[in-house]
Amino acid sequence: MVRVKLWGSLRALAEGQEWVEVEARNFKELLDQLVIKHPGLEPQIKRGVSLALDGVIYREAWFTKIGPENEIILMPYMVGG
Amino acid sequence: MAFDVKAERKFKVVGTRVARPDGIDKVTGKAAYGADISAPGMLHGRILRSPHAHARIRAIDVSEAAKLAGVKAIVTGADLAQPEDEAFADVAINCLARDKALYDGHAVAAVAATSKSIAKRAIRLIKVDYEVLPHVTDVDAAMKPGAPVVQEGRALENVPAGMSQNVTTRYQFGHGDLDAGFAKADRIIERSFKTAATHQGYIEPQACLASLGNDGRGEVWCCTQGQYMVRANCAAALGVEESQLRITASEIGGGFGGKTSTFIEPVALALSRKAGKPVKIVMTRDEVFKATGPTISTSMDIRIGMTRDGRITAGRGELRYSGGAYPNETVDMGAQAAFAAYDLEAVETVGWNAMTNRPKEIPYRAPGAPTAIYAVESVVDELCQALDLDPLDVRLLNAARKGTRSSYGPTFNEIGLVATLEAAKAHPHYTAPLGPNQGRGLSCGFWFNFGGNTCVSLNINDDGTVGVVEGNPDIGGSRASISMMAAEELGVPYDKVRTVIADTSSLGFNDITDGSRVTFAVGLATIEAARAAIREMCRRVAKIWDIDEEAVIWEDGCAKPAGPNAGTHPPMSLAEIAAIAGNTGGPIAGHHEVNADGAGVSFGVHLCDTEVDPETGGTKILRYTVFQDAGKAVHPDYVEGQMQGGAVQGIGWALNEEYIYGEDGRLQNAGLLDYRVPVASDLPDIETVILEIPNPGHPYGVRGVGETPIVPPLAAIANAVSRAAGVRMTELPMSPPRLLKAMTG
Amino acid sequence: MKTIPVETTINGDSAEFLCHADESLLDVLRDRLGLTGAKEGCGTGDCGACSVMLNGRVVCSCLVLGVEAQGAEIETIEGMANGETLHPLQRVFIEEAALQCGVCTPGILVAAKALLEKNPDPTDTEVRYWLAGNLCRCTGYDKIIKAVQIAAAEMRGA
Repeated sequence: MVRVKLWGSLRALAEGQEWVEVEARNFKELLDQLVIKHPGLEPQIKRGVSLALDGVIYREAWFTKIGPENEIILMPYMVGG
Repeated sequence: MAFDVKAERKFKVVGTRVARPDGIDKVTGKAAYGADISAPGMLHGRILRSPHAHARIRAIDVSEAAKLAGVKAIVTGADLAQPEDEAFADVAINCLARDKALYDGHAVAAVAATSKSIAKRAIRLIKVDYEVLPHVTDVDAAMKPGAPVVQEGRALENVPAGMSQNVTTRYQFGHGDLDAGFAKADRIIERSFKTAATHQGYIEPQACLASLGNDGRGEVWCCTQGQYMVRANCAAALGVEESQLRITASEIGGGFGGKTSTFIEPVALALSRKAGKPVKIVMTRDEVFKATGPTISTSMDIRIGMTRDGRITAGRGELRYSGGAYPNETVDMGAQAAFAAYDLEAVETVGWNAMTNRPKEIPYRAPGAPTAIYAVESVVDELCQALDLDPLDVRLLNAARKGTRSSYGPTFNEIGLVATLEAAKAHPHYTAPLGPNQGRGLSCGFWFNFGGNTCVSLNINDDGTVGVVEGNPDIGGSRASISMMAAEELGVPYDKVRTVIADTSSLGFNDITDGSRVTFAVGLATIEAARAAIREMCRRVAKIWDIDEEAVIWEDGCAKPAGPNAGTHPPMSLAEIAAIAGNTGGPIAGHHEVNADGAGVSFGVHLCDTEVDPETGGTKILRYTVFQDAGKAVHPDYVEGQMQGGAVQGIGWALNEEYIYGEDGRLQNAGLLDYRVPVASDLPDIETVILEIPNPGHPYGVRGVGETPIVPPLAAIANAVSRAAGVRMTELPMSPPRLLKAMTG
Repeated sequence: MKTIPVETTINGDSAEFLCHADESLLDVLRDRLGLTGAKEGCGTGDCGACSVMLNGRVVCSCLVLGVEAQGAEIETIEGMANGETLHPLQRVFIEEAALQCGVCTPGILVAAKALLEKNPDPTDTEVRYWLAGNLCRCTGYDKIIKAVQIAAAEMRGA
């Protein structure tokens, strides 16, 4: 089981929860499980989210390994200029 | 790809100041930019644009224009495809309107003719039947119930019910108990801010030469920050397959984010397909202002609490951004960056986007961050003034560092904010004396920096030179840095390496040049490609020496035996190995494809001294120093160039640049006389101090540097002006009439 | 509209062309003579990217009519180097990283050369005011001013 933190405005779509626990070994499984557990998250996840893993941002890499010991934070998919 | 800690290396090429490869072409006028190429039989394209801020397009009558001798093709929105994907659909509709003109300057039709003057005359003959609609150009007005609706049904699921349909998105970030935090404060300041939209201000207007056959195969030459992005947008808008379009990026005369989308290429392709000839379109400066992608305009509320010894106990921000006539997500980056420099127990930012009848926003150097940080740093500074505290000491006291839980969620790794603050404090600028009507201000700045999809192909040429093929337009001197990293890895002199930028048919997909990503991501892919080539060269030499592959190492540009057990073999240089490549297996190359992650954030601090003229409200910049963490400065001249260039764009944003809209919703100042960018005589020298706190995510420690420098100037100048003139400017730009009004009440 | 024949001298070479009455010198240089070094940044004389010399004076070629070239001496960026030898300004600009995207560079070099011919030892302020009509968006002007001064010193010394 891993714990992932949702940003403020996402929590309303996950029954108000800030931290969500799911069974996942990598980023893709995490996203798939989040959608199953909280279908309200689907539109944002489809639009794009990134993963901050122990402070390093992984923009869209599905197979990034995650584990219960990691800090896992969901972030919006961002661009630069 | 992790930082080479074991290397502890003495760089031989990286960190030196070499000549850039495109220098001679650029100083002699030979370099070919978007508008510099012509083709035989070429037609000239010209676009007809809406004179109304908001109007339904009832009918377009092109019959008169079609009769004009020399007119070979006319297109409207109906000639473009309707992509299913919303993002592609928005781009296509922005290139040529469908049922509505959404802003003053929105393209509604285009003509290709045998000369520029015929094309100009032809568009005046096109009759458009408009039903003018009420418009809205102010972000706060657009959010009010009852405001004219720019587009219907575009709100995301995160927008609460009952809001104006112009509101498309709502984000919220933060942590901790705000009420408890504010309760602990000795002083709380709450301020509202408004900033006008600005433009990237690149000197080269968009230009392209396009050719599309009715077999779906086409070519485009254009100035762009991303030839693969152009390909994708054009394929979607024209209904053709991406692989059938070959997009070549010209030299680019400035981008800064403003060339990360397409405005004219789909139009030129559509005209070319109809006319059966190549079509060239060059935007006028007027069109650039009206119909490319300026920044968001903003309205912001910031509330911060501080103890009397300078500790920030809570911070709250509400950002209302407008990204023009389409949904836009820039506010989420602003909301995340706003308090990023601080270690806070309680912080919350809420960000909204609302549509207005203005051009479609696209990124400008650290999109969303400069305005948000302007507001936060202004309030922090005002608290310092109210509590009579040193502004640098307060920043140091509250600075984010390794282990700080950032305001946007993740915990920071090694970052350079404290180092830049300490460098600023130690610098003579900080304690230099000031005279009457003069004041000093400072601000922190921050940008995330990104990696992204990258391909590099590195070829060992038969003459012992090296060719690097990469796919990212060079907007800051990156070709030099890429060549330097290849030379460093291979152990060959810099001038033996040539880096070129591929067209879309010659290399795999690359993300656009943005997010300060090129030196970081293309750099690391180049290093990996070089290492792959090295492995292949060592493998060949092992065969020649008849020893195991592991017994051959690469050092100083040569393959060498790993130790005395490998036998005595004189080193073989890259050139020697290359010369016999045909005998040992064929041409030698290395390549690398990656979606790079691990870009490090870049913090900066700017110090600014201003003098305000009490009679005119004019602000003079007396002294300006930029401190920034580059991780590892591959080419220090170009890192300095980014710091200076970004700072000056920020100075313009703070003091004079703005989009001015009339009551009629039309842009009043669509030219470089009245859209006032900084000129040489406005400015002093811009001093730079580069710090190097290595980014653990890159083999040499590189961090992106291009975007951070535009972030601090807005607040640094507002804070300096506040101390010079005794007034706190909460509206940008701080142009002379506004400042004078504030000073004289 | 009929075209008008024009005879002129460009970078020391005699040149002839036909143009319409309403074509600018910039249009003629770029579209008829293949001299694309001068750039159109604004078309209204506000950015200086089109700067050329006309009878010894720096002008915005977007504000000069093509027909005004009749009998005149025009110098563009293409004439600044001597064969393969760069002018000191050109060489120093590269050495001092005084250009990034380079689109303003031809105009700035033409203007800077004109300044140093008139005033071989300018102050920084004089350089900045002379170049105030040449917009640069990439560099913040700092390295440009320094490069002009370094080239000026070299030209005085040599």
